[in-house]
Amino acid sequence: MARKVNLRIWRGDATDGGLKDVQVDVNDGEVVLDVIHRVQATQMGDLAVRWNCKAGKCGSCSMEINGKPRLACMTQVASFAEDETITVTPLRAFPVIKDLVTDVSFNYKKAMEIPAYEHPKELAPGEARMEQIDVERSQEFRKCIECFLCQDVCHVVRDHEENKKSFAGPRFFIRIAELDMHPLDTLKNRKRKAQEEHGLGMCNITKCCTEVCPEHIRITDNAIIPMKERVVDIKYDPARMFAGLLKREKRN
Amino acid sequence: MTLEKHKYDVLVIGAGGAGLRAAVEARESGLSVAIICKSLFGKAHTVMAEGGAAASMGNVNDNDNWMVHFRDTMRGGKFLNHYRMAELHAKEAPDRIWELETWGALFDRTSEGKISQRNFGGHEYPRLAHVGDRTGLELIRTMQQKIVQLQQADGREFGDLESRIKVFAECTITEILRENGKIAGAYGYWRESGEEILFEAPAVIIATGGVGKTFKITSNSWEGTGDGHALALKAGANLVDMEFLQFHPTGMVWPPSVRGILVTESVRGEGGILTNNQGERFMFKYIPDVFKDKYADNEAEADRWYLDQDNNRRPPELLPRDEVARAINTEVKAGRGTEHGGVFLDVSKRIPAEVIKKRLPSMWHQFYELAGVDITKEAMEVGPTCHYVMGGVEVDPDSAAAIGVPGLFAAGEVAGGMHGSNRLGGNSLTDLLVFGRRAGAGAAEYVKSNGANPVSEATIKTAADRIEAPFSREGGENSYSLHAELQEITQNLVGIIRTRAEIEEAIVKIAEIRARSKNVAVAGGRKFNPGFHLAFDLDNMLLVAESTAKSALLREESRGGHTREDFPGMNSTWRQINQIASFDGNQVNIKSQPLPAMPKELFDLFDVHELEKYMTPAEIAKGGSN
Repeated sequence: MARKVNLRIWRGDATDGGLKDVQVDVNDGEVVLDVIHRVQATQMGDLAVRWNCKAGKCGSCSMEINGKPRLACMTQVASFAEDETITVTPLRAFPVIKDLVTDVSFNYKKAMEIPAYEHPKELAPGEARMEQIDVERSQEFRKCIECFLCQDVCHVVRDHEENKKSFAGPRFFIRIAELDMHPLDTLKNRKRKAQEEHGLGMCNITKCCTEVCPEHIRITDNAIIPMKERVVDIKYDPARMFAGLLKREKRN
Repeated sequence: MTLEKHKYDVLVIGAGGAGLRAAVEARESGLSVAIICKSLFGKAHTVMAEGGAAASMGNVNDNDNWMVHFRDTMRGGKFLNHYRMAELHAKEAPDRIWELETWGALFDRTSEGKISQRNFGGHEYPRLAHVGDRTGLELIRTMQQKIVQLQQADGREFGDLESRIKVFAECTITEILRENGKIAGAYGYWRESGEEILFEAPAVIIATGGVGKTFKITSNSWEGTGDGHALALKAGANLVDMEFLQFHPTGMVWPPSVRGILVTESVRGEGGILTNNQGERFMFKYIPDVFKDKYADNEAEADRWYLDQDNNRRPPELLPRDEVARAINTEVKAGRGTEHGGVFLDVSKRIPAEVIKKRLPSMWHQFYELAGVDITKEAMEVGPTCHYVMGGVEVDPDSAAAIGVPGLFAAGEVAGGMHGSNRLGGNSLTDLLVFGRRAGAGAAEYVKSNGANPVSEATIKTAADRIEAPFSREGGENSYSLHAELQEITQNLVGIIRTRAEIEEAIVKIAEIRARSKNVAVAGGRKFNPGFHLAFDLDNMLLVAESTAKSALLREESRGGHTREDFPGMNSTWRQINQIASFDGNQVNIKSQPLPAMPKELFDLFDVHELEKYMTPAEIAKGGSN
């Protein structure tokens, strides 16, 4: 049975914008992206929203739903109370292009700054032998669908535009960790570079990134903290010292 | 406002697996390459491929080799495949997978540390290299990162990361441009700003994927609107065998908002069984004669196969996709379906919960989050969904060059011929790699012997006028409504089961929508306006739907992804025929053309008694084309 849902959608562009209220039909089992599409097809033909697979696999429909960074295709309308207004706004950490679409080019620039995988020169195609248990550590990070929700939620850049220059963000910390733990990669000093060139030290492990990850990648515990712990030059990293304290407490 | 212009050696339209592999190859040949994608970089539909990439590496069963893979591919396609494409694919697939590993891909491993391979429908041995059930994502990410690696090398050499390979994301091509009968470039618009953009390039590689969005129930994302098929037709290329569409047997059927989303074949490869509402494991009833010696006709043998593949026949759940989709369709129509019009797919009683979560993690996630179903405890409800188009641009197998248009190339789903009338699961990911690479090499060779071909002002003006048109109309048709009408027509009249009367009705109705689409008006401005974007996608889908319907009407037999209720059997005379679609500026025309016959060395790979089931006595007597 169709019912109505109250939706509050941010509409506008870089110059101006605001929240618009609409009422739209919703059917059983529908997700927020479904109702946004219905608004688009019936009330606002030019409403801008990114999406692709509608199955939580491509990471395109990232937005903030009631203030929380989420994928619209994986957020059930039924998870909100029937009389609750659902507010959808664009990702806050990136510049708005139009409506729910933001300029995420920051992430692609950062991707180009991470040194690529280096294959052992002596190892011909087909010769690689790796244990499943050894590839699994990196495989966890390769699950990343690049929705950039972790980048959006991270308070190092969320309200601090000035930090973007020197901070790669959680998505690229797991990329570095993935390469660092890759059984075959030959490039040395990835962790040190993460610290010195990509801003690993700026992270103070509040775990917001892990909380919003739709792939449930343990960004903080399995990538950031292990890298921080093993960085050679740890002297001036208070977060690492804090992490060390927590760990000792756990042991006790 | 001045027009944004770019010059490259090679233009790749589409940034899925085929496009990225082509771009890498062209760039490694020393050329400059532009990659154009409708979405953000790395979001292409390839990420949805779950099961794996078929390559006869023989890591799990060393009886496997390219000849076995070739035979399986031809059987799966009911011998309508272009033999040369199937041959190249089977021979080169292992190298393409190993190459990915040298670029950093991390496939699941065997106990010996080699790349693990899993079973899949229609493949005689475990053959699919995989990463859990997210293999497509691994391919895309690996090639995306390979491109970054090449950009970093260019940055070191030329001081500019994007000097030889640049990605134009969220950009749509509306026209492929020709001058003097040869490719000259492409014209399009930025989705973000709506501003127009011109690319001048002597070679264009189309790698735009599929056409699923012409249908109502589909596993395809919004991008699958047949852009490349339509662009190629309009540029003077041909489409081959557009009547063949693969309906994947297992799409989600509930809740309605996810209807069509794919449930990977790996669920069956890992032991999942199909049952109807009576609890009957019904696939045993649907084993066609041509497959009787390869598929078990009883549960005991089918179950033993998972443990001992050398001494048992395969479970019928692993028949090629067309057979399973038709069987499910028949069960549901006979009233033996589930509450929501599907059948049950159950893996919960077959393998332990922790193994399910490990081997099928994204399936578990997808059902748990979207349908509230825990597949480690309950059965899934599944039914057929439009998944893949076997038909596509007619190409030369070795170079991927489009027939009839110098400078145009096509690879991946948008190219036709490789899969015949039905594609085997796992063959598309290696198809992308094998023919993506060949298209990149083919384009590079072409560019080196053919210089730049400048685009004229008149050509630019025609392309620009077409983009402006929908904004200048007021109170015209709504593109969303026309798209919905088209999807109803294709779904109901040229879907899984077809008949003459319905196809004829579809052709008339598609023409009506096409006439109305000339009057589409767009509300709002140019900036990131989905209504505007859909107006152009719709035009492409209409040409694709017309090609499919007209080809379907003419082919009076049932084979693979084309089932005619009024012509239920395979016909060996029709097997010798490709249907070639071309566009005269007003409508799509179909002509028949002989299918290239296998040479003796490939013919001899088969048992002649098997070939007798498909070929005419004259072909058997001849024993190969040479």
